[in-house]
Amino acid sequence: MVQFTLPKNSKVRTGKTWPKPEGKNIRKFQIYRWNPDDGENPRVDTYFLDMDKCGPMVLDALIKIKNEVDPTLTFRRSCREGICGSCAMNIDGINTLACIYGLDEIKGDVKIYPLPHMPVVKDLIPDLTHFYAQHASIMPWLETKTNTPQKEWRQSIEDRKKLDGLYECVMCASCSTSCPSYWWNGDKYLGPAALLHAYRWIIDSRDEATGERLDQLEDPFKLYRCHTIMNCAKTCPKGLNPAKAIAEIKKMMVERAV
Amino acid sequence: MRYLTARKRAEGKGAAHTGTEHHWYMQVSAVGLAFMIPVWMYIFGSTLGKPYEEVLETFSHPFPAILTGLVLFVGMRHFAKGAQMMIEDYARGSMKKGLIMLAISISYAVIAVGFYALAKIAL
Repeated sequence: MVQFTLPKNSKVRTGKTWPKPEGKNIRKFQIYRWNPDDGENPRVDTYFLDMDKCGPMVLDALIKIKNEVDPTLTFRRSCREGICGSCAMNIDGINTLACIYGLDEIKGDVKIYPLPHMPVVKDLIPDLTHFYAQHASIMPWLETKTNTPQKEWRQSIEDRKKLDGLYECVMCASCSTSCPSYWWNGDKYLGPAALLHAYRWIIDSRDEATGERLDQLEDPFKLYRCHTIMNCAKTCPKGLNPAKAIAEIKKMMVERAV
Repeated sequence: MRYLTARKRAEGKGAAHTGTEHHWYMQVSAVGLAFMIPVWMYIFGSTLGKPYEEVLETFSHPFPAILTGLVLFVGMRHFAKGAQMMIEDYARGSMKKGLIMLAISISYAVIAVGFYALAKIAL
């Protein structure tokens, strides 16, 4: 059976409470910590920040904690504007990007965990190796058989519009890691992110491998493990709808079979 | 611990090139049952509390009898395929195969017993 409870060495314990700074506008942060080198169980450390001296986003708070309170706190970040997808984490129970999630959107204490149901490398950093390999397996590039034209592969305005809502995905893994089907069968189910990208190439008017792409997806686990739970669409920090993309792939599968 | 590349792990044994029939059957049977079940419930409900002979009389008419047969067959096949999906979600290894066989067997057993009873009533 799938594992519904955490193994003993993954049970999260109460961690260190860091000193409170001076100030009137103090906010409490509870952050998941795990270090693979110390052999200890994961813990939740408590930090306090003076919000009058902190930026508005969750990432601002994390950077402030790292710079001024605890330099060992580990997390990924890069662009700080929702383009790179590095800082995806579970904030206040929602998978999202720390850089574009406002602290004012959270009521009460700020609880930050790594993306759920993924192996943790350290603290807030999940291991996305398998996730990226699944993305690579859907051949995220233009496949053509016709000789390359002298200029560019041309596309009509209408056909280009079909890629809207698909090409914007930044592969942050928020959707896939919010999907129960991906939690239980992530080894075989491609997950919403990879399937959204698969559809992005299937629907591309310039791509000439539609049949092969559909062939590769036609599988009870790779595609049909999606049960339209819609967590992916609800959580996507970019406002995309992977569930719709998956439904469109299923529709194409039926259209070519029936 | 197996030394497999991430890509090999992700690709696994490749696509089974199946699943669309299962998906399509579930869609079609769900729509069919959405129409059949309320009508059958109405017929079944109208016989509740009535004498035994009157109930037999109702289900010996062609429409209620055929509808009951359809609800039994389509409903049980829908159940079996739905249960298979759920089992595949949560169970692993031989337990998964065993449970799927059990679900399919139960569905066919219910269909067989139901058809036998229906034949006795209607014919």
